[in-house]
Amino acid sequence: MTDTPHSLGRKYPGGGRHGRAIGPSDNGDGEAAPPPAGRRADHGETGKPKYWVLGLLFLFCFAVTIMSEAAGTGTISTSFVKTLGKTLCLCLAAIAMDVVWGYTGILSLGHMAFFGLGGYMIGQWLMYARTEAIVLENLASQPIPATPQEIQNAIGSQIFGVVGSSDLPPIWGFAHSLTLQLALVVLVPGLLALVFGWLAFRSRVTGVYLSILTQAMTLALSLYLFQNDSGLRGNNGLSGLQNIPGHEQTSQAVISLAFFWASALAFAAGYLLFSWIVSGKMGSVIRGIRDNESRVRFLGYPVEGFKLFVFTLTAVVCGLAGALYYPQAGIINPAEIAPIASIYLAVWVAIGGRGRLYGAAIGAAFVSLLSSWFTGGGAPPLDLGFYRILWTDWWLVLLGLSFVLVTLFAPKGIGGLFDFLVRKPEADREGDYGPDAGSRRAEEGPEDEEART
Amino acid sequence: MTALTESEPRSHERGERARRPGATLLEVSGVSVTFDGFRAINNLSISIGEPELRAIIGPNGAGKTTFMDIVTGKTRPDEGRVLWGEKSLNLLKMSESEIARAGIGRKFQKPTVFEAQTVRANLAMALKAPRSPFDVLFFRPGPDVAARISELAAEIGLAGELDRLSGELSHGQKQWLEIGMLLAQDPRLLLVDEPAAGMTPAEREHTTDLLKRAAEKHAVVVVEHDMEFVRRLECRVTVLHEGSVLAEGSLDHVTRDQRVIDVYLGR
Repeated sequence: MTDTPHSLGRKYPGGGRHGRAIGPSDNGDGEAAPPPAGRRADHGETGKPKYWVLGLLFLFCFAVTIMSEAAGTGTISTSFVKTLGKTLCLCLAAIAMDVVWGYTGILSLGHMAFFGLGGYMIGQWLMYARTEAIVLENLASQPIPATPQEIQNAIGSQIFGVVGSSDLPPIWGFAHSLTLQLALVVLVPGLLALVFGWLAFRSRVTGVYLSILTQAMTLALSLYLFQNDSGLRGNNGLSGLQNIPGHEQTSQAVISLAFFWASALAFAAGYLLFSWIVSGKMGSVIRGIRDNESRVRFLGYPVEGFKLFVFTLTAVVCGLAGALYYPQAGIINPAEIAPIASIYLAVWVAIGGRGRLYGAAIGAAFVSLLSSWFTGGGAPPLDLGFYRILWTDWWLVLLGLSFVLVTLFAPKGIGGLFDFLVRKPEADREGDYGPDAGSRRAEEGPEDEEART
Repeated sequence: MTALTESEPRSHERGERARRPGATLLEVSGVSVTFDGFRAINNLSISIGEPELRAIIGPNGAGKTTFMDIVTGKTRPDEGRVLWGEKSLNLLKMSESEIARAGIGRKFQKPTVFEAQTVRANLAMALKAPRSPFDVLFFRPGPDVAARISELAAEIGLAGELDRLSGELSHGQKQWLEIGMLLAQDPRLLLVDEPAAGMTPAEREHTTDLLKRAAEKHAVVVVEHDMEFVRRLECRVTVLHEGSVLAEGSLDHVTRDQRVIDVYLGR
């Protein structure tokens, strides 16, 4: 887990400096040469991938817009535009997961719960406002205008008839207001993460125990939401979220494209935010916490505060991503919050490559799109003669297998492939070169001197 | 530097005898720690002044590292007091990071640097600056930071290695980097655990110079096995044995002590 994702380029200046690797006894007498240009330092996400990602994202969005049904060409179906928009939201959750896991070393199995909570919060408003519009339309034909109480009751029985109730529970108290529900999109995941994180980090729960704790939180939350009296329609969840109140006349083609762009912008903003956080001193400290927490503590950094900051911030970003995802998905139910969703998130980040933001995004996009291709029946069955592999049944086996293989043989994930593209020739530090690996033999000294001048 | 080592022994020795070192900075009194029935520290009392250079020696298991663990908050003692500074803060009630911010820096026995990060990043992280998450997030290094890092790097002989990953450094260089990180924190008390391990004779000499210079203004506590190294430090020596102080004084004084010879030197 300590493999650094940042040593992309040449690790070592090479050339005449090798002879100096032996010891610091010659304490830098006039040898403080400026670092050679083009050398990569370990500053977290360096500038380049950031511009590549955002540039490609913009081109991609532009291409999707042109090819969408909303633009008239219709090369890409509306449902596929929705899939792409949802994928961008998952990518946003994945880069948040990468910051909390890949950079800070907290393997949270709860970030999809925050994602789901964001979805529930926006879903409450979407459902309430739409039901209200329908109720008002129905009541408009009656001779006597309905009282607010009657309207409220009608909305309540519309939404909660399915779980055998007609009262709006108190947690729907803000559902009439988009502004308040949007605030809750941030506050509910944020406060849950803050309180949970404060309790967990303060007691110095780390490693696999922390993962289990976050998973327990996720499980408890989804089990609670499965109950009919949870106030959020039990296992029915919230539905009809693709219908945006006030835009009943707008076609889904246009709405899907608007959400696609909103998701892309949110992803871009999230990417910029996280690449700022993981660069510079903050990135240095959180990677220090990942690699050696107690050493960071002995340097005087309040480790718990840093963890809490990262945990809460990434939870809020996941909540926002969820709030953009579920209007595109159209439905949310407690199964979306179940621990398996958060485990998938970790699998995406691991396959994409921990410790680099673009890796996590690639992992999420690649695996989730592949997953919908396989499970949606897109992949042709594989005929082995004695057995026919139907991918709808075997996809999870394939995913599990590739997760194991990636962890064992390519710990840097898909993102690690980019190292081959940008890697410059590295000084050979292996072999018989003197007292430590990589330092040259004494007889090579004169040659070194020549190379230096 | 040679002139300094020539002249300093006598003046320092005289100073050592003539007066107690400056005001007490750290006061450890009556501290005991038991690990699973084993008494690692037994009614230990030590006080360190400011400025002062102090060496702690003793056989394996004497409690030298445990003493440092207690002072830095890593281990909580069963009983006793650890007081710090003019206001006599109770260190036992503070967390590791609070203790570090109060001005106690530590170099570990096994060099622990952040191997996945560059020498520069390691030093920058250690450099004295506000430590809260938001201070760190909005931290923008000014030219003074770069200058201080170069200065430290020159001091520890790593000026040419600033942009290398510290995991690539040799053992001795990691030792140096950790000493550099300790100096970067600018603590009032430096706890240095076996600094000379894995160093060449020339490097050891440089380390002694460095520690002595640091001890002109700060309190420095050095745990070391190497008697030659301790001799070069020319400072007051505390001998620990079975978790308590066996003898204290100049090196010549303690090495003449029969009990010290029996438990430590005689072996």
